[in-house]
Amino acid sequence: MAQERYLVIDVALCHDCNNCFIACKDEHVMNQWLPYTEEQPRHGHRWMNIQRKERGQYPRIDCSFLPMPCQHCTNAPCAKNFPDSIQKRGDGVVLIDPAKAKGKKEIVDSCPYGAIYWNEDLQLPQKCTLCAHLLDDGWETPRCVHSCPTGAMRFYTLEKAEFEKIIASEKLEAYRDKGGWNPHVFYKNLYRYEKSFIAGGILKGGECAEGAQVSLKGVAPEQTTNYFGDFKFDSLSPGEYTIVVNGKDAKTVKIDESLNVGSIEI
Amino acid sequence: MGKIVRKTNSSTGGPVFVDVDVDENKIVRITPMDLTDDDAESWVVEARGKTFSPPRKTTYTAFTAGFKAMVHSKRRLLYPLRRIGFDVNGDRNELKRGEPAAGGDPNYPGYERISWDEALDTVANEMMRIKREFGPGAIVAEPSSHHMWGNVGYRHSALFRFMNFAGITYADHNPDSWEGWHWGAVHSWGFTGGLGNPEQWDLFEDTMKNSTMIVFWSSDPETNNGLYTAYESTIRRQWMKELGIKMVFIDPYFNHSAVLYADKWFSPKIGTDAALAAAIAHTWVSEGLYDKEYVAERVFGFEEFKAYLLGETDGEPKTSEWGEKETGIPAHDIRALAREWAKNKTQLAAGGLGGWGGACRGPTGMEWARMMIALAALQGLGKPGINMYSTTQGAPTDYDFYFPGYAEGGISGDPDNSAAGIELAARMFDGINSNPSASNLNVSGGQFIPRMRIPETFLEGKLKWRGKGFVGASIEQQFREYKYPADGYSKIQMLYKYGGPHIGTMGDGSRYARQYRTKNLPIAVFQAIWFEGETPFGDIILPACTNFERWDISEFGNCAGYIPGSFSQANHRLISLQMKCVEPMGESKADYEIFRLLSQRLGIEGPYAEGKSDLDWVKQMFYATDLPKIITWEKFFEKGYVVVPYNKDRVRTPAFRWFAEGREMDTPRPGQFRPGDTVQHKGLQTQSGKIELLAQSLLRFEESIGEKDETRPPLTQYIRPWTGHHYEDTVKYPLSVLSPHPRFSFHTMGDGKDAFMNDIKDHRVRVDGHDYWIIRLNTQDAKARGIKENDLVKAFNDRGEVILAAQITERVPPGTVHCYESSAEYQPLGKPGASPDRGGCINILSGKQFIGKHTSGMATEHFRIEIEKWEGGRN
Repeated sequence: MAQERYLVIDVALCHDCNNCFIACKDEHVMNQWLPYTEEQPRHGHRWMNIQRKERGQYPRIDCSFLPMPCQHCTNAPCAKNFPDSIQKRGDGVVLIDPAKAKGKKEIVDSCPYGAIYWNEDLQLPQKCTLCAHLLDDGWETPRCVHSCPTGAMRFYTLEKAEFEKIIASEKLEAYRDKGGWNPHVFYKNLYRYEKSFIAGGILKGGECAEGAQVSLKGVAPEQTTNYFGDFKFDSLSPGEYTIVVNGKDAKTVKIDESLNVGSIEI
Repeated sequence: MGKIVRKTNSSTGGPVFVDVDVDENKIVRITPMDLTDDDAESWVVEARGKTFSPPRKTTYTAFTAGFKAMVHSKRRLLYPLRRIGFDVNGDRNELKRGEPAAGGDPNYPGYERISWDEALDTVANEMMRIKREFGPGAIVAEPSSHHMWGNVGYRHSALFRFMNFAGITYADHNPDSWEGWHWGAVHSWGFTGGLGNPEQWDLFEDTMKNSTMIVFWSSDPETNNGLYTAYESTIRRQWMKELGIKMVFIDPYFNHSAVLYADKWFSPKIGTDAALAAAIAHTWVSEGLYDKEYVAERVFGFEEFKAYLLGETDGEPKTSEWGEKETGIPAHDIRALAREWAKNKTQLAAGGLGGWGGACRGPTGMEWARMMIALAALQGLGKPGINMYSTTQGAPTDYDFYFPGYAEGGISGDPDNSAAGIELAARMFDGINSNPSASNLNVSGGQFIPRMRIPETFLEGKLKWRGKGFVGASIEQQFREYKYPADGYSKIQMLYKYGGPHIGTMGDGSRYARQYRTKNLPIAVFQAIWFEGETPFGDIILPACTNFERWDISEFGNCAGYIPGSFSQANHRLISLQMKCVEPMGESKADYEIFRLLSQRLGIEGPYAEGKSDLDWVKQMFYATDLPKIITWEKFFEKGYVVVPYNKDRVRTPAFRWFAEGREMDTPRPGQFRPGDTVQHKGLQTQSGKIELLAQSLLRFEESIGEKDETRPPLTQYIRPWTGHHYEDTVKYPLSVLSPHPRFSFHTMGDGKDAFMNDIKDHRVRVDGHDYWIIRLNTQDAKARGIKENDLVKAFNDRGEVILAAQITERVPPGTVHCYESSAEYQPLGKPGASPDRGGCINILSGKQFIGKHTSGMATEHFRIEIEKWEGGRN
């Protein structure tokens, strides 16, 4: 079986340093890597598009970032709609042919992830190539991965079956794969971006209550509060939840997004 | 694409490989360095049954990753320029500076191209005229912080050598990242050699082995990278997390380190950090949760401090309830934090580099720094796992190997204005074939100007102040009174601006535009790389090049000087040859070369250059260091870098352990006090040799000037900030600003310049073709003002107006807004210095007031403003 290229992004390890975004520009702006891609324009394109998500309310919040390049889908809608202009390589890399795609602005709209950008000067749709010109030249990773300082980005060249083991062991997910597109980009800890939390603090007699038992009725098992009396239930979907403290129903809340319930006195 | 060759270089954000298209004189890419088996081995640390060793690779920052766009930029100055209307022999039209006249060069509005000869002749002739007509000291050089990286090209090096031989005075830098430590902390414990910042030797291993908790207080290493060392310490904090070390963050902003590591975040009201500290100390003292034996032996003034905490002196006990009222943090949380802190072996990461940065740059920075020392002392500073450690320095590399940092003066050898006298000058100059330079002006009895008061030099003409910028010879040195003009000297006739802008970094920034619009300044010369900031106020502009276009040499993160051991931030001591990667763009030249050409005309080329090129000086420096012990010049020149071997056998000497154990200081030499600073070489630099919560140096100062200094009282305490919630008019200006050093530029390096960084979502926002600087405000504050994400807003107070893009966030509480300082762009919409700026210089709204009545430190981290929606820029 052939080896394929996989990019893994850990949402919990990204702090928006933008090294990946700038390294991508460094590689592609002012440089022409034909036949892989034309130059990226100096400003405006986000081949690595870092999206921000804040959850909760002051002071119980967290903040996550989701770097989103072309997802290099196995069943790429762009390649399906424009088979003459877009190539799906055996290693999973999806490439827009700069010669054949010229003038075809409609290619931009074919991507469900919004990962294709229009180069007005060159009249070209453009996107992340996974630095295929470097991989083919012997580089082990694309520039974004090489520049990542937190380990939030990892790159694998593996047979599909081997990589599927990693998907299972690390609970990797594709991002909003609504059409069975089967991306080659996978995310870890995606709940930090896609799901919600309920957090709060338990007070007893005016002091932070360490060691209180808190659960979400019928949903999440008991947690023991820390020295600030804090608890946090994560990976929740919108809905109604009852917070149980030391076996007693303490508060019922309905959430659409993450919620800091504040202090609960017991 | 032509032939691609790999070279090496370095910057404020790390050493790099540079792939260059030599046929097209173009940088292709800039990457971190992967180490090979040919490079020396990495250190190994064992802690709690696990083994840790750093990745075989360097890290870099975004502004280094994107440096190519600053080298190849349409904002580069490509040839010398003269301001239209400036006639050196006739009307100089000084009042028109900053207002571009019509008909100039399309790339540089208001300017016309001139030859290098004309530019250099004009500047040199004016220098000679001024010296003849006004005597010495009437020319001032005003360098920016962090112009270009490299030991030879740095301002302490080539500029100082030129200044010293040409007889130019120096606009003294205030320590804008140390302020509260410099003016406050030195009185608690000395460490003048670090401007009040504590030593950090070997604290990484100490933390890994012994600590169970870290309190990050106004500390954001993932934003400020310690200093110069990119993300070298990130992996080390990840390991600490892996070991289960608890991490609490105290910062008005939910900073980027908190994003990765915070178990808990507290956002005190702006400027009230010292109140929070007092309330924590109150809990400890009233519950007996402090190290009584240590305090008895190692702390001076504890009884007075205790009386203050208990309210015996001012009738106001600093209880957690009091703390809640001052800081906005719930009393129960303050008590829980205090108790957990005392229960654990806790490292206090106060600031980003062991002291440094953050709250120390605000109006109450001195009280904050001194209070941090008090907290650390009460818990037994220096005992295993208990220290003041910011997690950035203290990696266990070889501390004995000698390679200098830029603050050691490079080719200047200047013993008064750099750290050359410690070691480098003696190694670098034999006094026969090569000589150091010394100043005739920047010495006791010379003429000085504090950078924070340059505008007043021209606009007011008479000044008095205490303290000279970076002074570390003694605690008392900062008390000295100065005046301008100094006795026997003329007023300044020429401003020689060197490097990047100040307008976006100094307090009450508009002053730095107004200072040019006066006849009191006959000529303003700029030596700059980009047409940005206040460059368009210059009369003659000399185009310099970046360090990617000339030769230099440097070590990763090593500035030395007032940050002893700064190299220990990097996981490997990596020294690079900064190769001339491309030829200088256009007609631009290396700073060293510009000074050489001026020296020629001034008749001082011989002493200045000694017949050497910049590469010759690089080679001379190579041989002045320990490098020849590990690599030949030829190999170094070819390979471009070398990793200093890890010395397994080096005896570990954790910072302050000697102090906690009552021994003589055993930490490495650059951290040592001078023998004359202490009694019998024991204890600290303070009068008692102990940590002084009641500072005897300040008692002596008050006695000597015959008055009390209520802005810096001898007893460590909280002072209500003039910019906080006790502000005189919170209705008019209801919002408190936190304005720290930025993340995506280094001072102004990286911002503007048509560079890639302008596209970073958290740096600038493009609206109608213009890149606006970002201000961050809480959801509720935004809602109350009808402001949505990416709306353009006007931030204002009595000092001015700045147009910015709004980011709506929960990362600040209501009432607090966050906006980094250091915009490189200054774009007044009307009269320069007196109209709204849409470049993003938020510090236009900050104060010029000194951090203390008898200091000359700035206090620009906090100020008060109001914000409203701005419709002016919409097409």
